[in-house]
Amino acid sequence: MTIDLIDIALVAGKIGLIFLVILGLAAYLVLAERKLLAYIQERLGPNRAGPWGMLQPLADGIKLITKEDVKPAGADKWLFYLAPAMAAIPAIMIFAVIPFGPPITLFGREVGQQVVDINVGLLFFIAFSSIAVYGVALGGWASNSKYALLGSIRGLAQLISYEITMGLSLVPVVMLARSFQLSEIVAAQQSCWFIVYQPLAFIIFLISIFAECKRIPFDLPEAEGELVAGFHTEYSGLRFGLFFVGEYINVIVLGGLAATFFLGGWHGPLLPPVVWFLIKVLAFAFLFIWVRGTLPRLRYDQLMHFGWKVLTPLALVNILATGWFIVLKG
Amino acid sequence: MSVINDTKAILVGMWTTWKHIFGPSVTVQYPEEKRIPSPRYRARIVLTRDPDGGERCVACYLCSAACPVDCISMQSAEQENGRRYALWFRINFSRCIFCGLCAEACPTMAIQMTPDYEICNRDIMNLLYEKEDLLIDGCGKAPDYNFYHHAGIGVTQPRGAGDEERPPVDVRSLLP
Amino acid sequence: MEQTLFYILAIVTVIATILAITEKHPVHAIIYLVTSFFALAVVFYLLAAPLIAVFEVIIYAGAVMVLFMFVIMMLDQGNPEEARCPLLVHCLPALVLAGIILAALLLLLSGRSTPVAPIGGGSEKRLLDVADFAITLFKKYGVAIEIISMQLLFAIVGVLYLGRRRKP
Repeated sequence: MTIDLIDIALVAGKIGLIFLVILGLAAYLVLAERKLLAYIQERLGPNRAGPWGMLQPLADGIKLITKEDVKPAGADKWLFYLAPAMAAIPAIMIFAVIPFGPPITLFGREVGQQVVDINVGLLFFIAFSSIAVYGVALGGWASNSKYALLGSIRGLAQLISYEITMGLSLVPVVMLARSFQLSEIVAAQQSCWFIVYQPLAFIIFLISIFAECKRIPFDLPEAEGELVAGFHTEYSGLRFGLFFVGEYINVIVLGGLAATFFLGGWHGPLLPPVVWFLIKVLAFAFLFIWVRGTLPRLRYDQLMHFGWKVLTPLALVNILATGWFIVLKG
Repeated sequence: MSVINDTKAILVGMWTTWKHIFGPSVTVQYPEEKRIPSPRYRARIVLTRDPDGGERCVACYLCSAACPVDCISMQSAEQENGRRYALWFRINFSRCIFCGLCAEACPTMAIQMTPDYEICNRDIMNLLYEKEDLLIDGCGKAPDYNFYHHAGIGVTQPRGAGDEERPPVDVRSLLP
Repeated sequence: MEQTLFYILAIVTVIATILAITEKHPVHAIIYLVTSFFALAVVFYLLAAPLIAVFEVIIYAGAVMVLFMFVIMMLDQGNPEEARCPLLVHCLPALVLAGIILAALLLLLSGRSTPVAPIGGGSEKRLLDVADFAITLFKKYGVAIEIISMQLLFAIVGVLYLGRRRKP
């Protein structure tokens, strides 16, 4: 195995670029969410820091960094410090397999516009989204607080349940694309997006990713009406910020995955592929915020009932029907 | 079909919020644009004067007694002709809840609420308003009212000379 | 490069597993076990079996351990640090099993002189494809898979029976 310096530099460059872009997007998504929610509620939203509040993310960051980092008495020190990272890092890791453009030629070699194109990309995503559960679970458990513990228990149950529906709703996509590789899934949607073939799978996947990133109407792990702030009740300062940014990174990553699986990834007319991909991701982010401004929170038994007794059977039936059609077509 | 109804409910809700995104906002950008409160708005408290220019307050302590947070304090004194006045009068605006009970309790209409709501301050001691801070050169909401023209206490005029006052009755004449 | 990575991962796996066994606090033990699974998954990836690596993370680290953790959180037992060290008698079944596994491993290693050929059949190392994996699993070991799935079905039916709503 030969190690090429240019290859390493290219991969490092891609990782750095993605890291910066995602963190910047996540920071401005916070602002966009506050603005949009304000407009929905007939307010103006943050508009003091810079024109249209454009410097608000910076102000928030400075505030979070300079706040005291409180560790509650009786907390499990190492797990308490580890949990926010375990919530945020897997979300960024997932972005490594998402293709945001076709391969381009740089320095006389073909460079894919994604960090790695492993042949089990889709499973990689499911694996890392199941690792992200530990951030929620450990954060709540290590805080030594009743609210946080309840939040993390809820989070655990919810995330496991909806991971199953998410995985099942992606099986038809794999059957149609005949690959786990995300670049091939995108390539298979050259002529027709999978949302046309699989509207039901798309809806199930959409509902599941709402539950996966713990947002309204599925924000039971942090239900502020009942559990103060759920699993991150005891966190403050930068660690709270890490949980917070992790949530928005999750929104971006899951939006990107939904675009990759069902909306043809970077395919689109006229505009460059990266722009198309960005448009789709931002459209999903807008949908997330819009839904947050509209729907109320589900009750816990409704959530479980919906996941196990409605979505899972539907996804299974969808897989069967898809398989049947594929066999009939030959 | 409950599925159709539920989907319709969600979509109608989404449509409603969508419309509100583009609607006007009700926010008032405070330091740049200020709301003009109604004349009966309850904010900074003042002590008014009667039309003749004299202090209305007779230091009866009714406002102080009515105040639920005990933020009004004063010391009464008497002029040589028997007219009562407040030697000092102090309102602690850091405690005041602007309920308006003092203004309701005042028999001489001396203490009144104004719509001036911008009295916040960085130093809490600046919120202790003394009599000279409170007293204004005007009659406030009751421009024609003069307590001593109605009440016939013999300090500023003889008894029975008030506007709606009957002459005093000689109780001995009522004896059988 | 690959060898260095392998040795680092192997050391991490072994140390994490030992800590998982000796750690008295159940949640800490779970975290060590997850670390071990994760390192093991990367070892699988180095052995050109990305599918197995990903399944290791999804199923063991992502599902089984999370369920363990869920149960531990729900039960929330008092002070696990006060638990006593088990007596030798309690360790006996585990020791017997460990001995059997060790003996089997020794037999296998001594019986074979050449390394095991990869499933794909090719002589040079190549990535284990999803198709290879599926063909091996569902054609070669199809009956075993069916039996296991029947067993899981029985388990589900049993759980439904136990968890049914009784009339008061």
